[in-house]
Amino acid sequence: MSSISGNLVQIKTSAEKSLDLGAIREKFANKSGPEFWRSLEEFSNTPEFQDFLDNEFPQLGSDWRKPLNRRNILKLMGASLGLAGLTACTRQPLEKMAPYVKAPEEFSGNVPVQFASAHLLGGYAEGILVESHQGRPTKAEGNPEHPASLGATGVHAQAALLTMWDPDRSQSVLFEGKISNTSAFWAALTVIREKHIAKKGAGLRILTENITSPSLTEMIRTLLGPEVMPQAKWHVWDPITSDGARLGAKLAFGEPVSHYYKLDAADVIVSLDSDFLNFGPGAVRYAHDFAARRRPEPGKRRMNRLYVAEVTPTVTSVLADHRYAAKATEVEGIARSLAAKLGVAVDAPGGGPYESWVAALAKDLKAHPGASLVVAGDPQPPIVHALAHAMNEKLGNVGKTVVYLDPLEGNPVSHAESLKALIDEMNSGQVETLIILGANPVFTAPSDWNFRDAYLKVANRIHLGLYVDETAEISHWHVPEAHTLESWGDARAYDGTITTIQPLIDPIYGGRTAIEIIGALLGKQTTAFQTWKRFWRDKLKVPDFEAQFQKALHDGFWANSAPPPKNVVVKGDFRQLPPAPSPSGLEISFRLDPNVLDGRFANNAWLQELPKPISKVTWDNAVHIGPSTAEKLALTTDDLIEIRLRGRSIQAAVWVTPGQAPDTATITVGYGRKRAGNVGTGLGFDVSPIRTSQGWWVDSGADIRKVGRYKLVSTQTHHGIQQIKDADAEQLNRALVRVATETHYLEKPDFAKHMGPHDPPPGLSLYPGYEYKGYKWGMVIDLSACTGCQACVVACQAENNITVVGKDEVARGREMHWMRIDRYHKGELDNPSAYAQPVTCMHCENAPCEPVCPVAATVHSEEGINQMVYNRCVGTRYCANNCPYKVRRFNFFLYADWDTPSLQGGRNPEVTVRSRGVMEKCTYCIQRINRAKIEAEKEDRRVRDGEILTACQQVCPTKAIVFGDLNDKESQVAKLAADPRNYGILTDLNTQPRTTYLARVENPNPELVKG
Amino acid sequence: MADHLETRNSTTTLAGPEPVLAPGHTYATVTDKIAAVPLEVGWPRFWIVGFTISALIFGMLLMTILWLLGKGIGVWGPNNPVGWGFDIINFVWWIGIGHAGTLISAILLLLRQQWRMSISRFAEAMTLFAVACAFLYPTFHTGRPWLAYWLLPYPNTMAMWPQPRSPLLWDVFAVSTYATISLVFWYVGLIPDLASMRDRAKSRFAQVIYGILALGWRGSAQHWNHYEIASLILAGLSTPLVLSVHTVVSFDFAVGLIPGWHATIFPPYFVAGAIYSGFAMVLTLAIPMRAWYGMQDFITMKHIDNMCKVMLGTGLIVAYGYAMEAFMAWYSGNLWEMFMFKNRTTGPYGWSYWSLIIFNVLIPQVLWLKKARQNIPLVFVLSLVINVGMWLERFVIIVTSLHRDFLPASWGMYYPTKYDWSMYLGSIGLFLTLMYLFVRFLPSISIFEVRTLIPRASKGGAH
Repeated sequence: MSSISGNLVQIKTSAEKSLDLGAIREKFANKSGPEFWRSLEEFSNTPEFQDFLDNEFPQLGSDWRKPLNRRNILKLMGASLGLAGLTACTRQPLEKMAPYVKAPEEFSGNVPVQFASAHLLGGYAEGILVESHQGRPTKAEGNPEHPASLGATGVHAQAALLTMWDPDRSQSVLFEGKISNTSAFWAALTVIREKHIAKKGAGLRILTENITSPSLTEMIRTLLGPEVMPQAKWHVWDPITSDGARLGAKLAFGEPVSHYYKLDAADVIVSLDSDFLNFGPGAVRYAHDFAARRRPEPGKRRMNRLYVAEVTPTVTSVLADHRYAAKATEVEGIARSLAAKLGVAVDAPGGGPYESWVAALAKDLKAHPGASLVVAGDPQPPIVHALAHAMNEKLGNVGKTVVYLDPLEGNPVSHAESLKALIDEMNSGQVETLIILGANPVFTAPSDWNFRDAYLKVANRIHLGLYVDETAEISHWHVPEAHTLESWGDARAYDGTITTIQPLIDPIYGGRTAIEIIGALLGKQTTAFQTWKRFWRDKLKVPDFEAQFQKALHDGFWANSAPPPKNVVVKGDFRQLPPAPSPSGLEISFRLDPNVLDGRFANNAWLQELPKPISKVTWDNAVHIGPSTAEKLALTTDDLIEIRLRGRSIQAAVWVTPGQAPDTATITVGYGRKRAGNVGTGLGFDVSPIRTSQGWWVDSGADIRKVGRYKLVSTQTHHGIQQIKDADAEQLNRALVRVATETHYLEKPDFAKHMGPHDPPPGLSLYPGYEYKGYKWGMVIDLSACTGCQACVVACQAENNITVVGKDEVARGREMHWMRIDRYHKGELDNPSAYAQPVTCMHCENAPCEPVCPVAATVHSEEGINQMVYNRCVGTRYCANNCPYKVRRFNFFLYADWDTPSLQGGRNPEVTVRSRGVMEKCTYCIQRINRAKIEAEKEDRRVRDGEILTACQQVCPTKAIVFGDLNDKESQVAKLAADPRNYGILTDLNTQPRTTYLARVENPNPELVKG
Repeated sequence: MADHLETRNSTTTLAGPEPVLAPGHTYATVTDKIAAVPLEVGWPRFWIVGFTISALIFGMLLMTILWLLGKGIGVWGPNNPVGWGFDIINFVWWIGIGHAGTLISAILLLLRQQWRMSISRFAEAMTLFAVACAFLYPTFHTGRPWLAYWLLPYPNTMAMWPQPRSPLLWDVFAVSTYATISLVFWYVGLIPDLASMRDRAKSRFAQVIYGILALGWRGSAQHWNHYEIASLILAGLSTPLVLSVHTVVSFDFAVGLIPGWHATIFPPYFVAGAIYSGFAMVLTLAIPMRAWYGMQDFITMKHIDNMCKVMLGTGLIVAYGYAMEAFMAWYSGNLWEMFMFKNRTTGPYGWSYWSLIIFNVLIPQVLWLKKARQNIPLVFVLSLVINVGMWLERFVIIVTSLHRDFLPASWGMYYPTKYDWSMYLGSIGLFLTLMYLFVRFLPSISIFEVRTLIPRASKGGAH
């Protein structure tokens, strides 16, 4: 007690002379202990103390930003002690805590529950199940019932969760850049609405990204309908979708048509510059169906064959049996040549270097009518898409491997034309109000159209977005958007299935959805949920609506809602379309960044740190140039170059990429953001100055000049092409990825067991091996199915609270991913085969990490798992040195963010957040194993096969990863472990890895192999 | 006892044409000259300058350690394939340097090598300080240094013992035993001289301090008896340590399965390397000291010559080790070994291997020439070359083996940071600071032992 008052006195003496200390001391002098608190209250009421408080804690806390000196510290300490007493006197509102006598419905305590929702990309839905821990969504899994997912997801659905929790998201309504409030916005919107209703909507424009949502589409259509605002217009701009595909379908069929593929029915697949296994509305499903036909079986030919012609290596080409490194502008020639050989009436100039390749391909396609498929890539012009449709028709694939539908998009027009029309209208002053829902055109629109200047001419600029981005910055009103995982809504999947979106959490920052904004414009100010539910009730008009609605929410989609196939016939006359002249000079392809896409995920640290699937570059975009072109231009990896194109120029760094077509460069977009957030702002190189409407996906005639050096950072082979060559050569020596053709496999299914260094004979040890009486966990990874898409890497990161470390630390080789996809090449570097090999902890039986740990921090469990005891680890790093697979990761600093509340919310509570100085590594998702074991023990049974899915296994679109109990001979993993294709890597070291591989089998065309 | 002294005195005459003590010395002059350094020379300018610089560098070490504790060992350069860098390189380097002291004081004592007497004190001090420097690294290189004591076997509420299969644990025992024995041996050897210092000190303060440290030594026959026995026992205990400490340190690598580490030749080759670098360091320190303090009478050309010969011998063993690594890589036909050797010689760190060969194998061959061994500046430079060479050896073993091991996708590079360098230089600062203090306050040459080198004819003076 006395010490407290003593402190207070000290404040006085040092701070305020005007305070009469003597008087206060006297005041206290007569009081005895128990009366102290009352006395303090009295004390605090003296005017002197009030003055002191005002001086000491002025609302302007700026004084405290000065460095603390001794006096300040004493003042602070004294004041906080004194004030601590004061707050204790405040009566806190009464909060009763009591256990649930009757738990509310669906309350599950600590047990996580899953809700069906969707992940949206380019407007299309991927059905997901989101795990919720006491109301906090922590992990997205694929929805096994959903046709676009089948239980798996791509990288973005995994990473979207981090975007939801991103502390940099827009958190409040802004008016002219200053914090405003929602009611002010609604009031302003009402005024705007009334003004435009009076003018039948003239001057009102709505700009959205691609929308497939039936409810939102219909609401916008109603808004634009004759009764409300017939003169208002709806424009769309979504740079991650393809105008080539839209216009190509129109060119082929004369009307907008959507389509999807059935890859499991295709024996021969031709990709014309398409990355269909990795990106696009159906990519996850396509990868699944494709891989289903990549697993060889003894005694019968069943593998499909994939031909890829592309400019830059992609995930799709990893599993290609034949790859042709074509210039992007050359693909049209290939398409024409192939189409002509298949009987499509089209001008084919012929004589290209690809002719023999195309001839073999045409022969192969013709041999598989109705079971083949030609896929055109997003960056290709409409003619290539149209020719692909025509070829599929000629091959009799329609209805078998390709299915046509009425357009799934709400506004199936050319996005480029739509945006251009909007810009022209803005420039001519016809647009009074522009409402941008979700898009960021200031960053993504073609630079020659100068969206920004046109936008600034609009009188009312309203922006709904997740971030205060480049567009929000110059909008009058910015409204924080609710993340998909915070919203009600719907969207169509790749096949048209109507997928429901339900929120996992109340919008953290009070975000709004497009449905709410459109609802408000329609004059219906209700909640998004009511608006949306009413829409479906009115639309379906079924008696048992409530039951159906609940089922749709539960399942994640409306059953049987995929539209019926549409009968279309190719009408276009391709002879009227002369071949595009082949341009000269260096060709530049612009591609979406595989991770951040057009920049929308720029602030997602998981995606920034995730290595790009082929180059393994992180935290940057790069100019990809092939080895021979680089030699010709005297460039090497990490050269900073100036690219001049159409009179505009940018600077960017070179990454020499094996397999990049000669005389081309590919540069990925989505970087150089000026207003992305703390993570994404300023990373990489802004490509937009040279990406114009004339050369949106590809342009030619670039001048390149070396201007300096830059440090690109990758997680594999940091030092350019020579190191890549060395590593690839050594990989072959060591037989890490074992490969054979299907023909060879059929002759000798266990070919993989005869490759690589010899294993030590069994029984060399003097000691008997440990007998696993209960479970014996193990994993098998099928290299025939792995595309290297890296969804597993992000899934592992999300599941196991793995931190990101940033570019500088990756440069030092300190990335923390527990799982990585090793990439190797074989063959000439200008067009090599690429191999992807996922590597996790192998949980070796004779784990070299275990005996070298001086404190027993890494030990073997009785179920065979090599466990890491974080609490015991002192961090000698001996285990990491001694791990031949180099899968151990060390916390060189305190990498984990322990302070940001929203990031804490998104973590998996079942996994420890690691501190500085400890080692970590793959645990086989031990939290999932234990959860399943607890369930099994409650029911007094063994864990069933398939009951435990590791995060990497669950997310894998191709189901290449299988985990389970090796002791259960009937389990899938035990069967695969006994498969003749099974082999382990580095087994000659007698590590006896638990994680083994199935050798990769390819199915090349014998005709092309001979040549 | 008497026999022992007798033997020593009689062998002095066998020192031959090159004396290990300059002629003309009496007991009194020996004591005067050596004891004068701490007691009368005082604070010469070279000492003040040298000490100040060393202490500043030592200060840098303290700052580095503070920064390291505050931020984490990420301020150093180790990374994913290369989990150890300067930390373990320097640890092994310092431990190796310490070996000369133990060898001189223990093995050469047992072998009755007279010439060791005038350098033993000094070399033992060097051992202690080198072990102190070495000790810094395993302690602070752990991710959580505040828990590094978990490597010690002590009863605890966690009911956890260290894991006895780990060579790091063997290190803990080997190095701590080594440090303890070396300290005791050094101190016991100092006692008679501390008594001399006590008797000769003029200031009261020095008398008290030296007096306390002398533990009441009066030079009685019984004292000498006890002393000789203790000294022999400690020599006997130290002798196996010369071999065992670096053998155990080499197990850190040999037990690992990394190509370039996993080799049975490591123990002998490490021990030879340790002695090699230890003698180089003794020369690096003795040559300037002998010049500054005019100790040429006690550290004679004979000493320098002998030490050069030891370096030549151990250097050849080390060279044999390098040759065997190369031979075995080829002869074994082992995929990993062959690649390791290829990468070591022609990979990104090839420069370090070839520098090592030049520094440790080629240049020291000039020591075959007597002229070279007699050329003090040359020998000094050579000692530095060997120190650098032995440091490079550890760099080659640790970094080039780890940076490209089994899976090519995990290959990486190691770059030391400025904190790696400041920790390394700082530990040299600590070492030199301790050496300066030692030279200033203690007799850096064993007075009583050197006196036994005086020919029997000139008897006189007291023990």
